[in-house]
Amino acid sequence: MAMFMQQQTDDSSFKKNMLFRGQQDQSSALPSVGFVPAKSPTTHTQYPYVTGSSVLGIKYKDGVLIAADCGGSYGSTLRYKSVERLKAVGKSTVIGASGEISDFQQIMRYLDELTLKDKMWDDGNTLGPKEVHNYLCRVMYNHRNKFDPLWNTLILGGVKNGVKYLGMVSMIGVHFEENHVASGFGNHLARPIFRDEWKEDLSLEEGILLLEKCFRVLLYRDRSAVNKLQVANITAEGITISKPYALRTEWEYKAFQNPTQGVEGSW
Amino acid sequence: MALQYDGGVILGADSRTSTGAYVANRASDKITCLTDYVYLCRSGSAADSQIISDYVRYFLNQHTIQLGRPATVKTAATLVRELSYQNKSFLEAGLIVGGWDKYDGGSIYAIPLGGTALKLPFATGGSGSSYLYGFLDQAWKEGMSKEEAEALVVKAVSLAMARDSGSGGVVRTVVINEQGVTRNFYAGDKLPLWHEEIPRQNSLLETFTEAEPMRT
Repeated sequence: MAMFMQQQTDDSSFKKNMLFRGQQDQSSALPSVGFVPAKSPTTHTQYPYVTGSSVLGIKYKDGVLIAADCGGSYGSTLRYKSVERLKAVGKSTVIGASGEISDFQQIMRYLDELTLKDKMWDDGNTLGPKEVHNYLCRVMYNHRNKFDPLWNTLILGGVKNGVKYLGMVSMIGVHFEENHVASGFGNHLARPIFRDEWKEDLSLEEGILLLEKCFRVLLYRDRSAVNKLQVANITAEGITISKPYALRTEWEYKAFQNPTQGVEGSW
Repeated sequence: MALQYDGGVILGADSRTSTGAYVANRASDKITCLTDYVYLCRSGSAADSQIISDYVRYFLNQHTIQLGRPATVKTAATLVRELSYQNKSFLEAGLIVGGWDKYDGGSIYAIPLGGTALKLPFATGGSGSSYLYGFLDQAWKEGMSKEEAEALVVKAVSLAMARDSGSGGVVRTVVINEQGVTRNFYAGDKLPLWHEEIPRQNSLLETFTEAEPMRT
C-alpha cells in the first residue's frame, strides 16, 4: 500500500511524465528528490511537416458553410489525400484547420477534453462557437507567447440560439469574425471573390456554388490544392459534413491548345 | 512500407543503414516487434526510431499485463504518436505501425515527422518512398489476397532499392494476421531485375568464351 503513496519517484512514471509532457512545464515534471537532474532544453518555433492547405467559410441565410480539401502535403509532395480537415465540436460548431496536421490533431484532443468536461456539467448548456473560438484564441496566443506555436490557422463556424457565427484564429493569435473567411492561399484567391459576390441571405445552393467557384480557382492556382473536398453545413438543426467529392475543371479552351504558336520559347 | 490485405497486414523494408555515404549495416532489420501482433517499420534516424520502439515496447508490455488482453494496434499507434508529437523538435523518425487485433482486424497507422497519425490502407516511408508514389498510385488496389499483397510489397521495396542510394541489401517482410506472425527474407536472385540491371554471375571467367574479340 505504501507504494501507492509515492509520487513521481519511481522510475517508470517519471519516465512517462518526461516523455509525454513534451514542451510544457518541463521543470515541474521533475521530482524533488535528492539528486539535481539536468534542466530540459527549452524548445522554440518548430517547422510544419504535414500541412493542409486552404479552408473557406461563408455565412448564408440558414447558417454557415465551411469547405476544405482532403490534402496533407509533405513539403512539395502531395503525400496524403484523405485527410479530414473539418471536424465537428459539440453540436453547434465546425472547425477547419490549415497548417500542421499533427497540431490540429492535438487541438482536437484539447477540444474533445473541453466538450467532455462541458457535458459532465450536465447543465443543459453546450459550448457554442463563440466559446470554442475564445478558448482556441487563448490556447493559440499562449503557445505563441512561449515561442512554441501550434502551426495552424483555424476557421470556426457555427449556429447557436439562431445566431450565426464565423471566425478565424491564426497561429500567432490574431483572431476576428467576418461574413466570409479563408486561410492560406484562400485569402488571396477566394476572399476577393467573396467580397464581390457574397451577399446577405444567400441560399444553400448559392452558397455551395460560391464556395465551389472559389475552390476551383484554388485548384487551378494553388499548387498544394488537391481535388477532393468536403463541405460542412451548420444550421440551427445541426451539422452535416459531406463525403469527399471532386470538382470538374475546364481545360478545353482554344487558347490552351497551341499557346506558343508563332512565339516559340514563350510560356 | 505496410500494406493491408484481406485478413491482415504485410510490413516490408530494405536492410540498409547508412552513416553519410558509408553503409554501416547492410543487413539491418527495420521491422521491429512492439507486441506479439503489432510491429513497427522504422525510418529516419536509427537512434530516434530505436528509442521510440524501445519505450513503446516497454509501455505496451506493462499495458498488456494490466489489461489482460493483447494490446490493440490503435493503442500502439497512439503511444508512438504521443512520443513523436511531444518530442517533435528533438526527433527525426518516420514510423509505420502495423498489426492485427480482434476488433479492427489488420490496421496500419502512418506516423511521419511531426507526429501526425493517419490510419491508412497502405503507407510508405523512408528515403526510398519518393520513388514509390507513382508506382503505388497505379499498382495498389483494394482487397488483395495475402500472396498478391506480399508480392506487391517485395516489388515496391525492390524498385525503391533500385533507384535510392539510401536503400539496399535484402527485402524483409513480416506478415501479421489472426494466425500469427511470419517473417520472410528475399535476397539476391529472389528479387526481380529492373531497367539497366543485369543478371549476376560469379566471375567474368564463367562467360569468358563469349567475350568480344579484340578489333584493331
